Amino acid sequence: MFKETALSGQTTFFQKLRSMDYILLVCILILGVISSLAMYATDGGELLYHTKSHVLRFIIFFGMMFVLSFLNIRFWHATGYLFYIIVLGLLIWASLYGITASGSQRWVDLYFINLQPSELMKIAIIVCFAKFYHRAQINQINHFKNLLVPMMILILPILLVVSQPDLGTSILIALSGIIVLWLAGINLKYFIYSGLFLLISMPFVIAFLKPYQKLRILTFFNPDKDPLGAGYQIIQSKIAIGSGGLTGKGFLKGTQGYLEFLPEKHTDFIFTLFSEEHGFIGSLTLLFIYGVIIYRVIDIGKNARSFFGKLFCFGFASSIFVFITVNMSMVLGLLPIVGSPLPIMSYGGSSMLATMIGFSIVMSTKIYQKQLIA
Amino acid sequence: MFGGGGDSGYKKLSTVNRRMFIMTAAKLVIFGGIITRLFSLQINENKKYLTLSDKNRLREWRLPPVRGDFEDFFGNKIASNLKVYQLHVVPEQVEDFRYLMIRLRDILDIDSKTFKKILKKKSQQKSWETLIISENLSWDQFAKINFYLHELSGAKPVLSVARNYPYNEKFTHLLGYVAQASEKDLIENEVIKKSHVPGLRVGKIGLEKTYENQLIGSNGIQRYEVNAYGKRINQIDFVEGKKGTNIKLTVDTEIQAQCNELLKDKAGSICVMDIYTGELIAMHSSPSFDPNLFLYGISHDNWNEILNNPKKPLINRSIQGLYPPGSTIKPIVALSALENDVISTKFKVNCTGKTEMYGQTYHCWKDTGHGIVNLRDALKVSCDTFFYEMSRRLGVDRLNLTAKKFGLGEKVFNGTYNEEKEGLIPSTQWKKNALGRGWVLGETLITGIGQGYMQTTPLQLCLMTAQLANGGFKIKPKIIYDKNSDTYEKIKSEMEKNRIELLSDFQQDDALVDFSLEKKKRDTDLYKPLYRNQENIKFVLEAMFASTNEVRGTSYSSRISDKKYQFAGKTGTSQVKKITEIQRELDLDISQIPYEERDHALFVAFGPYVNPRYALSVFVEHGGAGSSAAAPLAKKLFKNIVDRHEEREKIREKSLMEI
Repeated sequence: MFKETALSGQTTFFQKLRSMDYILLVCILILGVISSLAMYATDGGELLYHTKSHVLRFIIFFGMMFVLSFLNIRFWHATGYLFYIIVLGLLIWASLYGITASGSQRWVDLYFINLQPSELMKIAIIVCFAKFYHRAQINQINHFKNLLVPMMILILPILLVVSQPDLGTSILIALSGIIVLWLAGINLKYFIYSGLFLLISMPFVIAFLKPYQKLRILTFFNPDKDPLGAGYQIIQSKIAIGSGGLTGKGFLKGTQGYLEFLPEKHTDFIFTLFSEEHGFIGSLTLLFIYGVIIYRVIDIGKNARSFFGKLFCFGFASSIFVFITVNMSMVLGLLPIVGSPLPIMSYGGSSMLATMIGFSIVMSTKIYQKQLIA
Repeated sequence: MFGGGGDSGYKKLSTVNRRMFIMTAAKLVIFGGIITRLFSLQINENKKYLTLSDKNRLREWRLPPVRGDFEDFFGNKIASNLKVYQLHVVPEQVEDFRYLMIRLRDILDIDSKTFKKILKKKSQQKSWETLIISENLSWDQFAKINFYLHELSGAKPVLSVARNYPYNEKFTHLLGYVAQASEKDLIENEVIKKSHVPGLRVGKIGLEKTYENQLIGSNGIQRYEVNAYGKRINQIDFVEGKKGTNIKLTVDTEIQAQCNELLKDKAGSICVMDIYTGELIAMHSSPSFDPNLFLYGISHDNWNEILNNPKKPLINRSIQGLYPPGSTIKPIVALSALENDVISTKFKVNCTGKTEMYGQTYHCWKDTGHGIVNLRDALKVSCDTFFYEMSRRLGVDRLNLTAKKFGLGEKVFNGTYNEEKEGLIPSTQWKKNALGRGWVLGETLITGIGQGYMQTTPLQLCLMTAQLANGGFKIKPKIIYDKNSDTYEKIKSEMEKNRIELLSDFQQDDALVDFSLEKKKRDTDLYKPLYRNQENIKFVLEAMFASTNEVRGTSYSSRISDKKYQFAGKTGTSQVKKITEIQRELDLDISQIPYEERDHALFVAFGPYVNPRYALSVFVEHGGAGSSAAAPLAKKLFKNIVDRHEEREKIREKSLMEI
């Protein structure tokens, strides 16, 4: 507990600035640059709407993250439930008055931004659980009545998002929540039980799926069955990545995206384009950067004295990891196509906002790592 | 203290740390999985995906190949390619297809049937494929389209090429014609399949079909980079197509045109051949039709008109029409009898107009009879009675061999025309095999005057005459001009050499050689004598001269006395139906007999008589007597043939100079 005086009491701004995690900051910045260039390439080597808007958002949200990092970790702890309730409120608002696009009602109009609350929920659920378990006693965690509340916290937003309908995001929210629950110490048997329950209820769930969702799952198992129809995305994505080779076709030299063979190339399939142009080496580099980010977040969590900060960092690192792997597995043809953006890389304001908020909480944990929360 | 504090707090921490550790390990494994997948796609299967990516990216547009021309001996184009104005629409580039189509319908005056056809075609092809609205716009329509073009976004007036037959119906049977390739064409011909593009025209019959693979040419290829919707982004590559080979024919447009004129409104055929080089100067079958009609899909009315014409324009009579040769066979019968020493030239028969043999009455064409005739007279006046007696002595099998030697009963252009027929020269063996019955001696008699089973094509008769006229030597008929083929002089000297060789070779014996051997030898027989004794040939030719140029000769009225154009020939009148005794007594005028029962008129000739060079055959279906319906046409033709000969020689000399 050396330097305790400096850290426990009031610290100067410069001390806070110095104690930021620069590796993490640099990695995020690199990702920002890479994603901007990828967006530029996707626009066919022109400064078009997507690129401009992406760069602008990155600058604004990165700046916001930097500023928010100086908020005391206590602030996040104190507003944990509030944050969750606000996002839940936005979700309800979205389902009532939201903007409908491509058959799904998932956006709310906040005048300055069209927000997708389901993206924010991915973070809010972690904050909420971190706060919930911050105070919980380990021997009470697995009591049945103590399981009900977290269950409610988790299921409510999932139901709202599924009804939008947005299967992909709801799965990701569920995964984030479940991971945090498990990390917090909930007995493995509950997960197994609910897993079994899910498996049994699967046929009923499938009966409720929209035809296009069923088709996507079927297509995943056999994309060549209908190469110009539902399997088109997977096949074209594999062609693009596969044709990239070791070193890629070169910056702005990708043909698949430029010639419009890739659907949703700015959002979910941005990695496909990146991988086509930069090849295996480029993809490994990108994975490495993500790896470093995750490692840094976990490391910050390890050194945090508050359980809230620790659990949030662990949870956040794990969900970022899940987002990355789900997205990549999807474009690599390992998982069915469900809408899931690649953090920071993909075009989309809400996703970036949520990720940046997450990073600012992580950074705040780092700055206030010796801070205790009552 | 921490969170809950005490032991509990410690336990909570250790749980989360332990579980995070497990989590991290799982993450590493999953990252490893993703990297493995990336490796397998990008490194292991890179080639496969690169190919797929290129396939995605590049699309080829094949342009229709430009067909080779046909030209006549003098270089006149008889089948060529014409620039045509077409109207193309690429549906995907059109904003409002329905509006455009309705505008076009009004401007071009498209009838509702065609309009529906176009819409149907559109629904069958991809939206980026060119839709041909009209393949052949008139200049007026083309100008009109260009005038309104600013309001017809998506319509493209295009200059294209299309087959054109400038001589219309004159070469139809000789050349054949092209029409849109059918499924059958694609299956049967690999070359067509390879270069097929929608709307490709291929040869359907005749030389156009036979020489398809040389004529077709190769596709031009445009390679474009396309986007996912098939829209062209930019042109990567353009390979210019090669025009098909031009084919030069031996025919003379002017003679061919004259044949056309001569057979106008008649059904029939005229063939003209060089008796040494075997070059076909003309070959026409009438009635004909305009092959240009088939280019853009023949209209129902036009097709019905052709199909329902009682004179059957679709038949190429020169090579496909089988008719009894009638008296035109007599020179061969006479030759056969002489060659086989059945009779001598001094042999005489008394013709009384009819003769009783084997319990049947056989009539001479002249009811009153010719009196006592020798062989020369019999040929000259075409006395049937004489030929009955002579062929009775000769027998059908010996006649068969001589006739076959001279090119009857066998395809003249083996393989050049799919539709060519063999004809039939009967023999006792043939009858036994084909009909299962024995030969009746009476049949020999009517075979001797070219009736009965015997059937020949007009072209075969022309070849027969040519091979008699050149002194009795085998030639190879051809219609495709070949610069390297034997010249007249070379052929002449070759024949002379072979003639002398035969004179010194007394081994040459019977004309009755084993037939199968004969057939094998045939190709190497070129320019070899077809006779045993050339005096016999000379005798027959002289008798043919008499037939045309001496009083009482059957074609005397068609003679040309000018030595330059003088020709010799043999008429023929072949019966279609057995004449009953009642009809014989009625002796009806031709106009009183129903068309289908009228006699065929035939005439074979060669000339000029001194140093002959050309042979011809004229056939007029149901034309009546050969002397009045066929021989006069030959007279009209011969002057022109001889005059054109000089022109022809000039061209030949010129082409020799070029070598």
